[in-house]
Amino acid sequence: MTAIDRPQDVVGHEHEEGSFLDNRGLGFWGTIWDWASTVDHKKIGLMYLTAVLLMFFLGGVAGLAVRIELMEPMRMAETIGEDGTPTVELQGVAIDFGSEQTAEDGTKYWSFESTRESASTTYNRLFTIHGAVMVFLFIIPSIPAALGNFLLPLMLGAKDVAFPKLNLFSWYIYLTGATIAVVSLVLMGTDTGWTFYTPYSIQTDADYYRVFLMILAAFVLGFSSILTGLNFIVTVHKLRAPGMGWFDMPLFVWAIYATSIIQVLATPVIGITLLLLIFERLFRVGIFDASMGGDPVLYQHFFWFYSHPVVYVMILPAMGIISELLAVHSRKHIFGYRAIAFSSLGIAGVSFLVWGHHMFTAMGELASAVFSALTFLVAIPTAIKVFNWIATLYKGSIAINTPMLYALAFLFLFSIGGLTGLPLGALATDLHLHDSYFVVAHFHYVMMGGTVIAFIGGLHHWWPKMFGKMYNEKVGMFACVLVFIGFNTTFFTQFILGTQGMPRRYASYVDEFQLLHQISTVGSWLLAIGFLIHLGNFLHSLIAGPKAPPNPWGGLSLEWEAESPPTAHNFHHEPLVKHGPYDFESVVPPHCSEEEFPLPKSVS
Amino acid sequence: MTTMETKTGGKSMPWESYHHEPHWRSASDEFDAAKLGMWLFLTTEVLLFAGIFCAYAIFRMLYPEAFANGSALLDVKFGFINTVVLLVSSFTVAMAVRCAQLNQQFWLKVNIYITLFCAALFVFIKFTFEYIPKWSEGKRPGAFFDYPFAHHPAEPLWWAVYYCGTGIHALHVLIGAGLLTWVLVRAHKGIYGPKNYTMVETSALYWHLVDLVWIFLFPLLYLIH
Repeated sequence: MTAIDRPQDVVGHEHEEGSFLDNRGLGFWGTIWDWASTVDHKKIGLMYLTAVLLMFFLGGVAGLAVRIELMEPMRMAETIGEDGTPTVELQGVAIDFGSEQTAEDGTKYWSFESTRESASTTYNRLFTIHGAVMVFLFIIPSIPAALGNFLLPLMLGAKDVAFPKLNLFSWYIYLTGATIAVVSLVLMGTDTGWTFYTPYSIQTDADYYRVFLMILAAFVLGFSSILTGLNFIVTVHKLRAPGMGWFDMPLFVWAIYATSIIQVLATPVIGITLLLLIFERLFRVGIFDASMGGDPVLYQHFFWFYSHPVVYVMILPAMGIISELLAVHSRKHIFGYRAIAFSSLGIAGVSFLVWGHHMFTAMGELASAVFSALTFLVAIPTAIKVFNWIATLYKGSIAINTPMLYALAFLFLFSIGGLTGLPLGALATDLHLHDSYFVVAHFHYVMMGGTVIAFIGGLHHWWPKMFGKMYNEKVGMFACVLVFIGFNTTFFTQFILGTQGMPRRYASYVDEFQLLHQISTVGSWLLAIGFLIHLGNFLHSLIAGPKAPPNPWGGLSLEWEAESPPTAHNFHHEPLVKHGPYDFESVVPPHCSEEEFPLPKSVS
Repeated sequence: MTTMETKTGGKSMPWESYHHEPHWRSASDEFDAAKLGMWLFLTTEVLLFAGIFCAYAIFRMLYPEAFANGSALLDVKFGFINTVVLLVSSFTVAMAVRCAQLNQQFWLKVNIYITLFCAALFVFIKFTFEYIPKWSEGKRPGAFFDYPFAHHPAEPLWWAVYYCGTGIHALHVLIGAGLLTWVLVRAHKGIYGPKNYTMVETSALYWHLVDLVWIFLFPLLYLIH
């Protein structure tokens, strides 16, 4: 319609020439509406990126607050004066409790416990905010919804995802869920932990709707996750460019595909679980309530039937990113392409069989032993991947830059995270380690040392493609080192704390643990500084970064054939796939000359 | 049915000029993708109900007497009538797809109308003859349970499973009916025909799932004592 009053020669070329980020003279509100109503997978991906980074910040602040609280144990000193009045000091500060309280049964008491309790409740709310925001709002959508949305059609050589409107719809569902969660947080948040275990979650804060809101938010976010996964599966099946068979797809696409299968198959189960939990909370239907014959452990089974596979929703895309980073930045054909591709599917398959290891103490011995054995199975496809990645590096031409540093950090941290999962999966050792800081350290090494590290590495790798600007390499590398040191300082100490018996989710501890807790807290500050430097680097790149060439790294997958940033329809012509995504030995990368990326000389 | 064709005779119907979305290579790719998408979505629906069925199985195993008592209080007659109603609706919705493929515009609409009538009838029977009388007799879930003749302490749990299962199913009946209403409105505009019947088919698939879930709920709740 609007094309009528434009010069004739502009019409038709308009979409082909400009980048998708171009503001086509729409004005401020026009631009807002353009983004709000867009069905372009790239714009939706960038909106997700902004949202998940915001949520990362929010969850990160809560995490830092948790660490600060743990700098010192809550030292309560109670002294009874000569007149029988107790004086209580918390952290050396005397607390005024006002007057004597009278309980319902008429006994009089001094409510000095209440202050300690309110401090602990605040702590419980903080770690719940940290956990729920990080899991539901940041890490699950981080790589699939942000990077996946942007990259999947580009890597497949498609113009968009299979169902662009559905894609926009699922973004709005995410936004709705995030809003509900934030409302719950603004109303002081919940203290259930991100797992909402019954019976506590149906009793706590009985007069408020915060727990209900938080559960509702997780329920709504599940739909977003399902629809995104569904969209991606169909996209991979139906929108590969001509000439691209299943085994010509980049491994990131394989990883996203496996992830999407888990999202589609596992998320509905959390849907019904949270729905029943909402019924339980609002109407007391009794299904999860032992006092009415229901079964709280059934809730745990339902919950982990989703939430364990979802752990692989978090890590699989990260593994996909690492496959890309290592191959491109070491200019080597990925070692064991099919092994990596199938191990993604293998992990997706096994992920559905291991949920019971979250309830070893609530099951019979036989069931526990079976779940333990199945848990060990996860190590096999995971190890296949790690060995293949290391073999890819061997004799490669390794470029030391931020993405590569992150990929190497991933290999190191994820291996620690994966291997420490084994003592947790073994029944005998888990009895000692479960619910301790060892578990906390383990999953932070996997979730953060794995997923977040890969996410940040991938963000640097595809940043030039997304925004058409280069970032400052030296600053990026410096921040990466800082993040690596900060991460290990924060979380390795927690392995030691865990083996020494520090239980998780406690606001206080005995004095013996203080030194390690303090080291851990200082590490969390290093980590925060590292991320803030990255943020500054990215913002600087957006404002003043040099223009990025279409293919700065010499990548061979199809997204590097597009412009940086891509045009609105991604490619000038539909790409025809003639080489694999990792044929670095035989193909000069698109938009690059052979001087820049020389092919290996054949040894004769 | 041929009358419709002569009626529209000269001018072309909207479905004839249907063109697939620009990111697809062909209309058949687009159609296949839509169907794959719907089948995947149905998988998620099956897994959603799997939670209910799982809860049913576990509590039945724990409290067989309570479940037998509760099941005996349901009226098989209404369950059976509703089963027939849904089976008929599944047939008519399948016929609607066929009519869209054959450009029988009149019968396309008639079949969707019958399907929607069946949906309304199902919900009507469910509420008028089942939910409302049972609720007023105190056969309620969990904390609301107030039935004086209960023999087993776990009977509130049976009603919890009954109301959650059939309630979520009834919700799906309404969602499916909503989808089909939308299809009907568009069918009146002549949007569906041999070149474009994707939405008719995917909505029909969804409706079959709604039917299928009931086919499992009916014996589990009404027939097994």
